[in-house]
Amino acid sequence: MMKALLELHDVQTYIDQYHILHDISFEVPKGEVTVLLGRNGAGKTTTLRTIMGLNPAAKGSVQYNSEDITKLSPYKIAKKGIGYVPEDQGIFEGLTVGENMRVAMKKENESTHERMEWVLDLFPDLKTFWKKPGGQLSGGQKQMLAIARAYMNENELLLIDEPSKGLAPIVVEKVMESIQQMKERTTIVLVEQNFLMASRIGDQFYILDDGQTVHQGAMEELQENETLRKKYLGIA
Amino acid sequence: MDLFFNLAINGLATGMLIFLLAAGLTIIFGLMDVLNFAHGGLFAWGAYSGVWIYDISGSFLVAILGAIVTGLLLGALTEWLIIKPVYGNHVQQILITLGFMLVLSEMLKVVFGPNQKSAAPPAYLDGSWQLGDVILIKYRIFIILVGALVYGITYFILKRTRIGLIVRAGVMNKEMVQSLGINIRLVFMLVFMVGSAMAALGGVLLAPYSGVIYAEMGMEFAILAFIVVVIGGMGSFTGSLLAAILVGMAQAFMAYYVSELSLAVNMLLMFAVLIFRPQGLFGGKGEAA
Repeated sequence: MMKALLELHDVQTYIDQYHILHDISFEVPKGEVTVLLGRNGAGKTTTLRTIMGLNPAAKGSVQYNSEDITKLSPYKIAKKGIGYVPEDQGIFEGLTVGENMRVAMKKENESTHERMEWVLDLFPDLKTFWKKPGGQLSGGQKQMLAIARAYMNENELLLIDEPSKGLAPIVVEKVMESIQQMKERTTIVLVEQNFLMASRIGDQFYILDDGQTVHQGAMEELQENETLRKKYLGIA
Repeated sequence: MDLFFNLAINGLATGMLIFLLAAGLTIIFGLMDVLNFAHGGLFAWGAYSGVWIYDISGSFLVAILGAIVTGLLLGALTEWLIIKPVYGNHVQQILITLGFMLVLSEMLKVVFGPNQKSAAPPAYLDGSWQLGDVILIKYRIFIILVGALVYGITYFILKRTRIGLIVRAGVMNKEMVQSLGINIRLVFMLVFMVGSAMAALGGVLLAPYSGVIYAEMGMEFAILAFIVVVIGGMGSFTGSLLAAILVGMAQAFMAYYVSELSLAVNMLLMFAVLIFRPQGLFGGKGEAA
C-alpha cells in the first residue's frame, strides 16, 4: 500500500450538543479512491466536514501529508490542497458557470489553465453553459460544476459527498465516469450510497456505523461479502 | 414643471445620502448576516470628523478623505471589538450594536462637545445655477454626482474584480467560499470597513447639506437606511440605490405637498413592499450587486 495522504485517528466531532462522530479512524492512500459507506446518519458527511474543518474535531487528529490539520480553519485546509464537493454541491447560484470556476481559481497560471482545459473537456456542458447562472443548471450539470470547481487549483485530494444523490441513472453514469477519469490525476475520498457505482470506482472502503469506523478492506472484498453488505448497508 | 425638477433634485440628493448609509448596511447584512444598528453612529462620526478636519484644514476634499479614513478605522474597530464575538446571533447583534450606537453618540459629545455644529459647503460648491425656471443648487448636484460615482465604482468592483466576485459568492454561500481556500473573515473585515467608510462619507456630505450636525443624527438616518434596505431587498446593492432614491423622492414631494406625511410616507412605502414583496424589490436573488 502506498503512503497515506490523509489519516484520521480516533476523531470525535460534536455539532452543537450532539455527539456525531464517536471514533473515526482511517487512512487514504495516495492515488486511490477511498469510499466511505454506511447507512443514513452513520456520520459520513460529518466526517468530510470534519476533514475540511467545517465541523472541527473535538478529539483525535486529522493528518494531511503528515501535517496535523485538525485545528486549522477551513480556508487554510483548502489551501493545503484539499478540494471539497459538498452534498448540496454548494453552487453559487447567482454566479455564472464561468464565475463559479473563477472564484475557485486561487491563481491563474499555466497549470490552472491546463486543469481548466482538461476539466472542460471532461464536462463539455460547462463550456456550453459558461455564461448561464449556476442556479439555472440541471442537477447533473450542477454536480459536474461542483466537481470541476473542486478540481481547479493544484488540489491533491478531493472529498466528494454523494455525487449521485438525486440524479437520473444516465446522469449518474456520466458523473461516475468522470470521477473514474479524475482518479488518474488525483486522490479521492468518496461518500456514496449507490454501492454499485461506488464499487466500480473505489479501491478500498470503510464502513461507518453510528459515528464509528466498523469495517475496512479492499472493494472486491465487500463485493464478495454479502453478509457484511446486509449488516451495515442493508443491501444484498 | 420647474417645481417638479427642483423637488426631484432635492429628493435625489437626499436619496443619495441615504444610499451611502444604506449601501454599506445592506452588503454587511448580505455577506455577514449582521444587523448593525451602530451603522448610524459611523455616519455621525463621519460628519463630525469631516467638519472638524474642514475647520482646521480649510479643504473640503481633505475633510472628505479624513471622514473616509475615520469610517475605515472605526469600521475595523467595530468589526473586531463588537461584531466578531456575536457572529451568528441576531439578538446579541441587535443589543450590542444598539448599545455601541449610543456609545458612539455619547463619545461624539465627549470629543467634540455637546452642542450642535454648523457646517457650510465650500465656496466653490455654494450657490446655484439657473436653467430657465429650474434652480440647480450646486451642492445638491455635487451630492448626486458623488453618490452616482460611489455606486459606479462599487458596482464595477462587485461585478468586474476578483474581490467583488468573492463578496458576491460570499453573500450566497459563505461556507463554500471558505472551502475554496478563501479567508472569509478577512473579506468580512474589508467589507465592514468599506461599508463604514461609505456611511462616514454620507455623514460628511450631509453636514453642509443640512447645515447643522448633532450627535443623535446617526440614529435618525439609520432608521431611514433600514427602511431603504428592507424596500431594496436585504443584501442587494442596486436595490439599496433605487430604494434610497424612491425614499428620498417620496420624502421631498410629500414635504412639499402634504408635509404632515413626509415622514410617514417612508413607513407606508415599507409596509406596502413588505405586504406585496416581502423579500424587497431586488431581494431574494441571492446576489449582492
